[in-house]
Amino acid sequence: MVPRLKLFLPLILFAILAITLFRGLSLDPREMPSALIDRPFPAFSLPRLNGAGLLSQADLEGQVSLLNVWATWCVACRVEHPYLKQLAQRGIPLFGINYKDNDADAQRWLEELGDPYRFNIADHDGTLGLDLGVYGAPETYLVDAAGVIRYRHVGVLDQRVWDTVFQPLYQTLTVESGGQ
Amino acid sequence: MKRAYLWCAVVLMLCAGPVLALVETYDFSHPELEVRYQDLTEELRCPKCQNQNIADSNAPIAQDLRRLLHQQLEEGDSDAQILDHMVARYGEFVRYRPSFGGVSIILWLAPALLLLAAFGVLLLTLRSKSSATSPGATSLTTEEQARLQSLLNKAEQDS
Repeated sequence: MVPRLKLFLPLILFAILAITLFRGLSLDPREMPSALIDRPFPAFSLPRLNGAGLLSQADLEGQVSLLNVWATWCVACRVEHPYLKQLAQRGIPLFGINYKDNDADAQRWLEELGDPYRFNIADHDGTLGLDLGVYGAPETYLVDAAGVIRYRHVGVLDQRVWDTVFQPLYQTLTVESGGQ
Repeated sequence: MKRAYLWCAVVLMLCAGPVLALVETYDFSHPELEVRYQDLTEELRCPKCQNQNIADSNAPIAQDLRRLLHQQLEEGDSDAQILDHMVARYGEFVRYRPSFGGVSIILWLAPALLLLAAFGVLLLTLRSKSSATSPGATSLTTEEQARLQSLLNKAEQDS
């Protein structure tokens, strides 16, 4: 009986290899979890976009919020922008990091396309971006009421991403923090 | 005329050198820092362009990481400190030479384990082959010997 089983060994090995490789087909190598998940938002002190005063990580605390990394040179950000406005209209707190951009261009963008952000952090040199582990705009972070990063999405945030990932997380976090 | 063209070509070629140097250069206070800078830029992986290290890549994020690296080296950070700093932000992913520990232990041990397994299979195969060809397996018992003899005798009688 044992020699008979041995005959099946190549088939078994092939099956294992096929399953592993097949799984590999549906994996996106660019989809990397942030190294900062469940870690506090990095400390920063940066100017408000077109406004007076400095902003810090404490300004993000107090409610579950979305933090969107965007720039006028980023084409996908323009694609994402209408959906961000929808989210803001629904009352979801949305903050922006204007990443490695020019203030005048950013201001024109917001005037032309509308401004869904409660405020924008002007990260001219990308220092906050480096601390956050941003590697390309757009990126969207879900930050809880205590200022801890809970999720990071790389790429365009649209209805599908919101419904499948953000919405459930946002709901549970809001309940956890005692909100409505 | 021909000579003028030749000179022109030479001058243009001399101009081409600096144009090729797209990647920015940094001044180091100590030559040893520059060596470490070269080593680290080759070891750190560009998060955006995943199959390049930050020395090769021209992506903005690679430029930022090189600037950060230069700054950290000048501030006197050790290699371990710098790598920890990068890993804390971009994850184990940024290291082309992953640390020994955690999940990456599989990466480090897999080649040795596979080699051992291969030797094991080789040994087993050789052993079963040698036992199959050994005289003990093919020789007949006295009973079988007697039966063989009787069959042979019968065949002789029949012919």
